[in-house]
Amino acid sequence: MSIFLDENSKVIYQGLTGSTGRYYGLLNREYGTNVVGGTHPKKAGENVEGIPIFANATEAREATGANVSCVFVPAPGVQSAVIEAAEAGIELVVVITEGVPAQDEAYFYNLLKRDFPNTRLLGPNCPGLISPGKANVGITAGHIAKPGGPVGIVSRSGTLTYQALYELQQKDIGVTTCVGIGGDPVPGTSFIDCLAAFEADPDTKAVMMIGEIGGSAEEEAAEFIKNNMTKPISSYVAGVTAPPGKKMGHAGAIVSGGKGTAAAKMEALTDAGVRVGTNPTEAGELMAEIVAGL
Amino acid sequence: MDLLEYQGKQFFATYGIPVSDGAATDNVDEAVAIADRVGYPVVVKAQVHVGGRGKAGGVKLANNADECREHASNILGLDIKGHIVKIIWIENASDIAEEYYASFTLDRSAKKHLGMLSAEGGVEIETVAEENPDAIAKIWIDPVDGLSEEVARAWVEAANLNPAANDGAVDILMKLYTAYVEGDADLCEINPLILKPTGEVHALDAKVSLDANAIYEHPEYAQYDATQPRDDREEAAHEKGLQYVGLEGSVGVIANGAGLAMSTVDVINQVGGKPANFLDIGGGANADVMAGALEVINNDPNVKAIFINIFGGITRGEEVANGIIEAMGRVQLDSPMIIRLDGTNADEGRAILQPHLSDMLMMEPTMLDAARKAVSLAQG
Repeated sequence: MSIFLDENSKVIYQGLTGSTGRYYGLLNREYGTNVVGGTHPKKAGENVEGIPIFANATEAREATGANVSCVFVPAPGVQSAVIEAAEAGIELVVVITEGVPAQDEAYFYNLLKRDFPNTRLLGPNCPGLISPGKANVGITAGHIAKPGGPVGIVSRSGTLTYQALYELQQKDIGVTTCVGIGGDPVPGTSFIDCLAAFEADPDTKAVMMIGEIGGSAEEEAAEFIKNNMTKPISSYVAGVTAPPGKKMGHAGAIVSGGKGTAAAKMEALTDAGVRVGTNPTEAGELMAEIVAGL
Repeated sequence: MDLLEYQGKQFFATYGIPVSDGAATDNVDEAVAIADRVGYPVVVKAQVHVGGRGKAGGVKLANNADECREHASNILGLDIKGHIVKIIWIENASDIAEEYYASFTLDRSAKKHLGMLSAEGGVEIETVAEENPDAIAKIWIDPVDGLSEEVARAWVEAANLNPAANDGAVDILMKLYTAYVEGDADLCEINPLILKPTGEVHALDAKVSLDANAIYEHPEYAQYDATQPRDDREEAAHEKGLQYVGLEGSVGVIANGAGLAMSTVDVINQVGGKPANFLDIGGGANADVMAGALEVINNDPNVKAIFINIFGGITRGEEVANGIIEAMGRVQLDSPMIIRLDGTNADEGRAILQPHLSDMLMMEPTMLDAARKAVSLAQG
């Protein structure tokens, strides 16, 4: 099994007619994702390489039974795209777009939580998710992931997500689902959401978690792990040596006032029984040890 | 984007928050003219992106034009913790009865806006939080609901300000919340928020950080870009649109993706070296971007070796390799380059690099190997 996404997921792309949306939408279809449509308010009735375009998410859902949407629209349009998808009853909305204002993120996160509790938001500013061999939604390169299991991956960083997939593939270890939650201030899906889903998934036997400096998401995850996780976990936190107050290219990656340091996060995770590597390769090796001992 | 105090006050003023009458300048004559206009006594305040201005002699009271001239000429050019004062703000001095603290920011953990109000202002809020946490009245605001006047009033009452300040505080906090939300700020802080002997409530300082992602909604924010604190290297990188942070070491870093770039900086430290910078060239790695990145790093005199760490995801290894070769033709490098290329089509990419290898261009199979090589070369 996998979490959040599988071979039965029917996916639409909001922004399929734009160059980035088209590129990745078609790559996702090539991977085997069940791509059923795209949306554009003025291009209903057209198609992108045979993928029908609908006026909005509601029409797309009614015509295709879509339950997942992947959002590639530019940042100014993300808030209305997310609300449109939620109003259409889409169960999983994956926002790849980066550069969404934090005020917008805080607004639509809370709106969905209150008015659309059945819609899960992933992102913004995330690489998406892949259940290898079943479906790939977003910008992850599908061929660096080995299908099967027993490992689930959750990561706050894009390129380190790929690095983690690749490290495991090199060691011939399969992955149930790899979720990139993104590094923005208000991520729709948290580490804890993913950890809970992996804990409940019978095919996932171990979890790899990639964190970053800034915020307190890793510390909260550590608390959750201590109280709720029975499956073994390996982890890596990027930014161990980042100087305080410097913004490292991500909205999320900043250390302020001694809070959110990698050292504090690694300590919290170690205390929770997580095996923490000091670089991505080491975290991969620790996971190989965990898998060998399963 | 962090605003200077005067920019923050101008930002507040557009939302109707009362601030002192004043103006900013970069020269002494104009400082005196401003002081003459707003009326003495005035306060002359250094405009720098760093705290502790007062202790460093960057904030002075002037009772007349001579004093204003003297303070202005002393403060302009002053070095405050490495920040040279280029701009000063002159404002009419305020009579202060009491000093409070007020702010709005995002609580990332609660995923709601956090408002903080304290009767103990004028000192660092971190100190208050540590020594007397009960002195800070906090509220969490759901962005969908916003802040109602009723809630703001209850919050002000909970903060135990002088009751004479309550009406004025409610009014300012409502306006401050509007400025924070509609102005797309990450932080709006007033410290101190003062009660004057006459009963008015007033913002005596302004600390504002704006969300650079929202600049499309506020084209006027482009003006703040010019006063962001950057060293020469960071300025050059900024002009090329690169995500660059200057550090103090000797190993130049180029990586694709913020996480991988941070991880590269970590690994260099772990093997005993010191990174010269953080540089994320993003998902792609074409010749233009690579050449720009190499140029910025090559111009840093501290750099003795350059570590290029690329993981091909969607971007394929051969595209990256071709980009590096083409960029090398455009930039005359002073330091050797160590490349780690992995991921999609890494073999094809390495094959392209192979014939170009020399003592100025080396390749290592893993991140750790490449870091060790770069560090040993940098340490010569």
